[in-house]
Amino acid sequence: MVDTKVNLSGLVLDNPIIPASGTFGFGYEFAEIYDINILGSFSFKGTTLSSRFGNPTPRIAECKSGMINSVGLQNPGVDKVISEELPQLKQCFHKPVIANISGFSVEEYAICSEKIDKVPQVGLIEVNVSCPNVHDGGMTFGTQAESAAEVTRAVKAVTSKPVYIKLSPNVTDIAEIAKACEEAGADGISLINTLMGMRIDLNTRKPVIANKIGGFSGDAIFPVALRMVYQVYEAVKIPIIGLGGISTARDVIEMMLAGATAVQIGSANLINPYVCKEIIEELPALMQSLDINSLTEIIGGAH
Amino acid sequence: MKQSIFKISENVKIANDVYCMVLIGDTTAITKPGQFVNIALNGFYLRRPISVCDWSEESLTILYKVVGEGTKAMSVMEPGETLDILTGLGNGYNIETSGQNPLLVGGGVGVPPLYGLAKRLIANGTNPHVIMGFNSKEDVFYVEEFERLGATVTVATVDGTMGIKGFVTDAIDNQGSYLYTCGPEPMLHALYEKVSCDGQFSFEERMGCGFGACMGCSCETIYGSKRICKEGPVLEKGEILW
Repeated sequence: MVDTKVNLSGLVLDNPIIPASGTFGFGYEFAEIYDINILGSFSFKGTTLSSRFGNPTPRIAECKSGMINSVGLQNPGVDKVISEELPQLKQCFHKPVIANISGFSVEEYAICSEKIDKVPQVGLIEVNVSCPNVHDGGMTFGTQAESAAEVTRAVKAVTSKPVYIKLSPNVTDIAEIAKACEEAGADGISLINTLMGMRIDLNTRKPVIANKIGGFSGDAIFPVALRMVYQVYEAVKIPIIGLGGISTARDVIEMMLAGATAVQIGSANLINPYVCKEIIEELPALMQSLDINSLTEIIGGAH
Repeated sequence: MKQSIFKISENVKIANDVYCMVLIGDTTAITKPGQFVNIALNGFYLRRPISVCDWSEESLTILYKVVGEGTKAMSVMEPGETLDILTGLGNGYNIETSGQNPLLVGGGVGVPPLYGLAKRLIANGTNPHVIMGFNSKEDVFYVEEFERLGATVTVATVDGTMGIKGFVTDAIDNQGSYLYTCGPEPMLHALYEKVSCDGQFSFEERMGCGFGACMGCSCETIYGSKRICKEGPVLEKGEILW
C-alpha cells in the first residue's frame, strides 16, 4: 500500500492532485461527472474584489500541444464568491479549498484576503501575482521582486491561513522573486502561470485573440515549468506547488522530483474533463512500478 | 455531459467543403435540438465543437464545414474509425414556444441544428417554414431532407444561382409565429432587426472546454454574463445585447 499524502504548510492532502485556478470554475461542472472529493484539493476561479466580465472574445486560440487564453479574470467578485459560490461548492466538495485571489493594488489583495480569511472552507490562499491578461495589475506585481514581496507582506498581515504566491514565468529570474516572497513571509510558492503568447489568423491577418496577446498553457510548457520549479527549489525552503503542462501521472512524479510538494492540473481539464480522476487512479500503480512507497520521499529527488 | 467513444459509420461530402458524418455510440446525454458535441482529434490540442444535426437512440449525425486543419483531418476519416466525443453540451432550443408557424432561419453551417429542430417541431404538430441562406448553389445542402420531413423550404443564395437572390432576410415573406435561427452573427443581427416575432438565436464562439469550466466563450446579456457553451449557445431574443 503506497502513501500518496502530501503536506502543504500543515494542510494535509490525500494526494498531490489539485485542479488549477481558472480551469475548474467552482467545481460544479466536474462534480456532475465524477466525485470531486477524490481530489487533493482544488484552486477555485481567480477572484478579485469587484466583479469582472473579463476581456472581449475571442479569448481562446489553439496552439501545437497547447492553447492560449485571454479570459481576463472573469469572476463575480469576492463577496458573491463567499456568499453564493462557496456555499454551493460545499454541497459537492467537502475538503478545504484553495482560494485564488488577484488584485489591481496592494490594498485590493489585502481586502480580498481579509474577507477570504474568514471562510472556514478555505484551507490555503493562493495569491496570483502573475495573470498576463489584465492591465495594471496581476502580472505587474509578479515581475518584480519588491512588489511581489509587498503583496506577500500585505496578505500575510491579514490572514492566519497559509499564503502561497503564484508566480509568472515571464521574468528574467524567477528564483530571485520566489526568494523575495519567502523573505516577506510567504508559506509557499505556486508556479508557473501561463507564458505570454499569441497566434495570427492567416485569413484576417490579425491576432486570433481579441486582446492580441494571451497566456500560453498546455503540454508544450511542461519542460519550462519543470525547469523553473527545479530552480526555485534550489532557491527557497518553503513548499512549492508545481504546475504547467501536467497531464499524466508520470508528469506528476517528474514535477515532484524537480521539487514540487503538490501539483496543479490546468488546461488538461479542459480537453479531458476526467484527467484528474485518471491521474489519481493511476498514481498508486505507477508509484509501485517506480519503487516509491511514499510521495513525500521523492520531493526534490532530482537535486 | 457524457464522454464516450463513437464509431464513424458514414462520412461523405454533401456540398462544397461540407461533410455529413454519422456516428454510432451513446447519445443518451443529448436531450434537445440545438445542442452541440465536442470532438477530440488526434494531433490537435483542443476539441472541435460541432452542432448536432440529428440523433437517434444509437446514432448521431453532424454536418460540418472544412474551415481549418482540424475539420480537414475529420473530412478524410473513414467509416470504422473512432472518435472521443463529449455529448449533451449546451442548452439547445426550446420547442414549446414555437406557435403554429415557426420560422427556422439558417445561414451556411448554421443550417444543421435546424434539421433536428424541424423534425421535432413537426412531430409536435407545427408547420415550420425553413429559410436557408448560402453563398452559391454548390454550397447548398439538405433541401430535400427538410422537404422529406414535411417542412416548407425556401433557399436564398448571395449570387442568385439557386432560389432567391440575396440574403435570408430577403427571403422572409411572412413574419411567422416564432423565430429559431442559427448562423453568422451579422445574419443573426439582421434577423433580430427585421423579424418582429419573438425567438431564439444560436450563437457561435471560440471555445476552450465546451462545458462551462474555462470562461473562454462568455458573452454579456441583459441578465449578466453567460457562457455560450453552457447557458448558450441558444439565447432568447429578449436577453441579447449586440
